[in-house]
Amino acid sequence: MITLLEARNITKRFGGLTALSDVSLTIRKGEVYGLIGPNGAGKTTFFNVLTGAYVPEEGELVFNGTELPTGKPHLVVAAGIARTFQNIRLFREMTALENVMAGHHIRSRANPFSILLQTRKAREEEHLITERAFELLRYVGIERFADTVSKNLSYGDQRRLEIARALATEPQLLALDEPAAGMNATETAKLRELVQTIRHDGVTVLLIEHDVKLVMGLCDRLAVLDFGKKIAEDVPAMVQQNDAVIAAYLGGHGTAKAGAAA
Amino acid sequence: MNELALAIPYLGKRNPAAARWVVLAIAFGAPLIAMLFGKTWVRILDFAMLYVMLAIGLNLVVGFAGLLDLGYIAFYAVGAYTFAFLASPHFELHLPFWLVLPMGAAFAALAGIILGLPTLRLRGDYLAIVTLGFGEIVRIFMNNLNHPINITNGPQGINMIDPLVLFGWDISKPLKVGDEITINSLFLYYYVFLAFVALSVLLVQRLQVSRVGRAWAAIRDDELAAKAIGINTRNMKLLAFSLGATFGGVSGGLFAAFQGFVSPESFSLMESIAVLTMIVFGGMGNLAGVIVGALALTALPEVLRYVAVPVQQAVFDKVILDPEVLRMLLLSLAMIFMMLLRPSGLIPAHSRYSKPELVVGKEGKA
Repeated sequence: MITLLEARNITKRFGGLTALSDVSLTIRKGEVYGLIGPNGAGKTTFFNVLTGAYVPEEGELVFNGTELPTGKPHLVVAAGIARTFQNIRLFREMTALENVMAGHHIRSRANPFSILLQTRKAREEEHLITERAFELLRYVGIERFADTVSKNLSYGDQRRLEIARALATEPQLLALDEPAAGMNATETAKLRELVQTIRHDGVTVLLIEHDVKLVMGLCDRLAVLDFGKKIAEDVPAMVQQNDAVIAAYLGGHGTAKAGAAA
Repeated sequence: MNELALAIPYLGKRNPAAARWVVLAIAFGAPLIAMLFGKTWVRILDFAMLYVMLAIGLNLVVGFAGLLDLGYIAFYAVGAYTFAFLASPHFELHLPFWLVLPMGAAFAALAGIILGLPTLRLRGDYLAIVTLGFGEIVRIFMNNLNHPINITNGPQGINMIDPLVLFGWDISKPLKVGDEITINSLFLYYYVFLAFVALSVLLVQRLQVSRVGRAWAAIRDDELAAKAIGINTRNMKLLAFSLGATFGGVSGGLFAAFQGFVSPESFSLMESIAVLTMIVFGGMGNLAGVIVGALALTALPEVLRYVAVPVQQAVFDKVILDPEVLRMLLLSLAMIFMMLLRPSGLIPAHSRYSKPELVVGKEGKA
């Protein structure tokens, strides 16, 4: 399989705290890749490094064969990586449709002059963006709320809208930060379907998640972080049996007792 | 205009077409009605139009992009002084207005970028303080650049600025139609300003419902998320500052030509705050609200000046409260009640950044 993203020896420190230490991982094209670990393991820090929000002290990220710029989020999005947030961050005063339309920003060209003069190109592009935004709302299943101001949407729908907005940037890699957090069983099941559809349509998915059942069922491969270090990277079945992982989640040193608990 | 029409109570929602005609009729008929109360009122309307333009420009920065700017009047000053430099006896320059006005706008836009660059990382209160300082710096420059070389003529200001001359037609002189009717220049100015306001509204509406307008709204609502969907926040903020400043610059140029005189005291902090108050009062981010706010708050002090004194004399036989004091009192009260009862302004309509009906309508037919 083709490698889509390769993280090489990423280290990120906050003062004396090393949030990520020498983390390397490889995400292949077309897979759902899970990133799990106890609270404070460095999952979200990795996300922020990946999407350009943080500049790592060491290491590099290679995406599609080229090195990703660090600390320049808009260039990372342009390269084809989109993200959602652990605590939903929508544009609250805009409607669902407008949120998704805003997501098309990086893939549209109209400049202030063509907008002020309303050139044919600008008008056609605006039309296209509106149409595509509707399509994406339909894709995640909330098109009936197109005209609803996003802060008034239900929690689950806000999560879906955030995914639609991320998809609007036409990513090759979609990074979801705990998409199932706070969802009930039905909503989680629907989310799982959505992620599978997205993967089926050719977008690679990177998933941070606490819901172990969801991760194990959905991911092709997993990496486990603990205290900023990668302690395992394998298919779910193997990770479940990994002593170090069991120790990280249950405490202890990965003895036979912990193994029995798994 | 549609937004304004919709904002008319009762009629707006039931019969938008009629409401639009009402708006047009008011826009064109306003100076005629004002004339019934005297020429001063037409003059006030002219000023109101300039404030509407200022409010539209500031709304771009504060309402759309969410960048609180307390020094906006500086761009008005830049536009006005550019006009004064290039079209007055001060430097013995008399360039035509179609050249001077765009230059004023361009200088204002440049000033916008100069203000924008160092403040890119600031938000909220911190941004407000820096912009406030910027506004004061510009005013103090105007006040003190009269020596060693006299550039701005200091506190005396610049006098005898050329009036607007449109294609050889001086609109500061009354227009004679036939032998009987002469149209006062105040009317002519009103309609010229109205045209500028209409153009501003058109342009700002186009910006609002576009890639750029959505990017601004995104930055306003959540800057981090805006970055995460690939918006270059630095460029978009600079664009907001410079475009907003452009409107201020044009308005300032028109002000200089209309007044024939500029001096630093027209560009004080109170003016910046007044324009901001208009936006907040009318409904931030909402064009109709901004226009109504600007009109209402320009008219209020003038109405008080002409009404408060006679009324008090009639009731109490003497003037107890000076109109100026009364103005601040009423304005403060109005703001307090607004914040309590209608925190999102007089016309709190939701701002639109898209036109979904285009696509929905098309699909409906198909």
